[in-house]
Amino acid sequence: MGSRWTWRLLALPGVIWLTVFFLLAFYAVIAVAFGNQNTLSEPVPFWNPLDWNVGYMFDTLQNIWQGDQFLTVFVRTFVFVTLALVLALGIGYPVAYFAARHAGRWRGLVLLLLILPFWINYLMRMLAWINLLSPDGMGTRFFSSIGIERLFLSLNLLSERGGWLEGQPFTVIMALTYGYLPFLILPLYAALDRIDQRQIEAARDLGASPAGAFRRVTLPLSRPGILAGLVLIALPMFGDYYTPDLVSSSTKTTMIGNQIDQLTRQGSEKVVGASLTLILAVVLLGLMFYYLRATRSADDRAEA
Amino acid sequence: MSRLRNPWGKPRFLVLVTVVYIFWSLIPVAIAVLFAFNNGRSRTTWQGFSTRWFTGASGSVLHDPALQGALRHTLFLGVVCVLVATPLGVALALGLQRWRGPGGGTINTVMLLPLVTPEIVMGVALLLLFLQVLPGIGLGSTAQAIGQVTFTLSYVVVIVRGRLVSIGKDYEEAAADLGAPPHDQLFRVLLPLLAPAIIASAAVVFAISLDDFVVTQYLSGDASTTTVSMLLYASARAAPTPALNALATIALLITLATLALAYVVYRRFAGNDDATAMVGVEV
Repeated sequence: MGSRWTWRLLALPGVIWLTVFFLLAFYAVIAVAFGNQNTLSEPVPFWNPLDWNVGYMFDTLQNIWQGDQFLTVFVRTFVFVTLALVLALGIGYPVAYFAARHAGRWRGLVLLLLILPFWINYLMRMLAWINLLSPDGMGTRFFSSIGIERLFLSLNLLSERGGWLEGQPFTVIMALTYGYLPFLILPLYAALDRIDQRQIEAARDLGASPAGAFRRVTLPLSRPGILAGLVLIALPMFGDYYTPDLVSSSTKTTMIGNQIDQLTRQGSEKVVGASLTLILAVVLLGLMFYYLRATRSADDRAEA
Repeated sequence: MSRLRNPWGKPRFLVLVTVVYIFWSLIPVAIAVLFAFNNGRSRTTWQGFSTRWFTGASGSVLHDPALQGALRHTLFLGVVCVLVATPLGVALALGLQRWRGPGGGTINTVMLLPLVTPEIVMGVALLLLFLQVLPGIGLGSTAQAIGQVTFTLSYVVVIVRGRLVSIGKDYEEAAADLGAPPHDQLFRVLLPLLAPAIIASAAVVFAISLDDFVVTQYLSGDASTTTVSMLLYASARAAPTPALNALATIALLITLATLALAYVVYRRFAGNDDATAMVGVEV
């Protein structure tokens, strides 16, 4: 219908919007990161790439390289995120497997309950745990009465009685797992649901044990879904500052997101904050494109 | 069924993990909702049922200016976001779907990027944009709405384009064969067929806007631009009253009601299969 220009005209407002509020905004980060700052530590962006000043970026990278504060925070972020991903996959895979394969007539209900947390405000889900884990909270009393608190104290995972929300790395990792798990289960479910049952039957007919069929058929076929799901939740975890703020609010659990948040929004040194943001974005860019490519090729296969 | 036994032995193990997970994921929230109805100031000890934190004379969501203001502002941003992002996204989806020639692939990638960009990166980028490039707009409601539209736009495009693919080009070509001019093909054939997807994406945009935190916080101006999420973040640890739980409960009910309504509408017009895809919307 119409000429090709009709369609381009329809796309135009959206294209302009994305150019200004996404591409130009991102360019502003680069211009500030490679800019200068005035005596009030306010950014003086350099828009022309020929003027770019590498000084602040160099200082930031040097801080990371020499193992100063930024490196500590980068490493801690990486450890927290990795542990949370492992936990999330360990819990999420069996749940998704059950929903896709064994839920039978309960499937609709199970799916509804798995999707529900997806649409509950993240901050409210954190508020719920803050209520439970406050010193006189129901969770704290429960953990104390069944001996979990004593166990955690002796394992050094908890530093004082009732101090679940006082700068405990364990609490932050559990909160991250709790927060992002629903977003992992759905892609896992979709990947497991897509697997053709006949391929597993074929493996069994050819003499594979149930465990063998799982290991050599189901697991490899669900691997793209596992990777895409893990990337999907790793990306926001790397930029998270509110979870550690809410369940710990201690410098012992500062993540890279907290560092960026303090430097940019809370405003002390926006130029250094922009450098850190840029470094984080570059580190994560590979993951972002991996995810887009993985989902697109999955769509192509589904359409073919 | 016995031949397809699962490798972890009897499904009993899987049932256990699933049931424990579902309880773990939902019970804390259920308790938080329950304590919104507590007849006392405690958020940890039950003191009887009451709706005082919703409508009571003092300190309730209805009468506390901060709580009421946050709810109002959240809903305001949600409505603005739907009104801007939905038409913008529908047009972009139509344009991209029929785009011929160079440029389409690049635009498509740029359109999908906001879905995977960590929100803090977008927050910082938009913050610097409004401070350094567009100081005329500055921080506040307008900036917050623009920020939310920028990343909800992609959801609209993805949902609408999915429906466009399943409709195919037949109806449009039939209309053209029968002599319909281009703008009739668009307004009298394509858009009515797209209606379920448009309603679904409007609901998703509204729900995402209501729950958004990072971008909204980065672009907020003074206290009058505080949203429900921002208030939860700011006062969750500051020993507040159950009124905070009541506020979160109201926001939750609005989100779920919106999605349920859209689900029913979508199911009525587009069939069951597509509707299941809508509630679990992802990239």
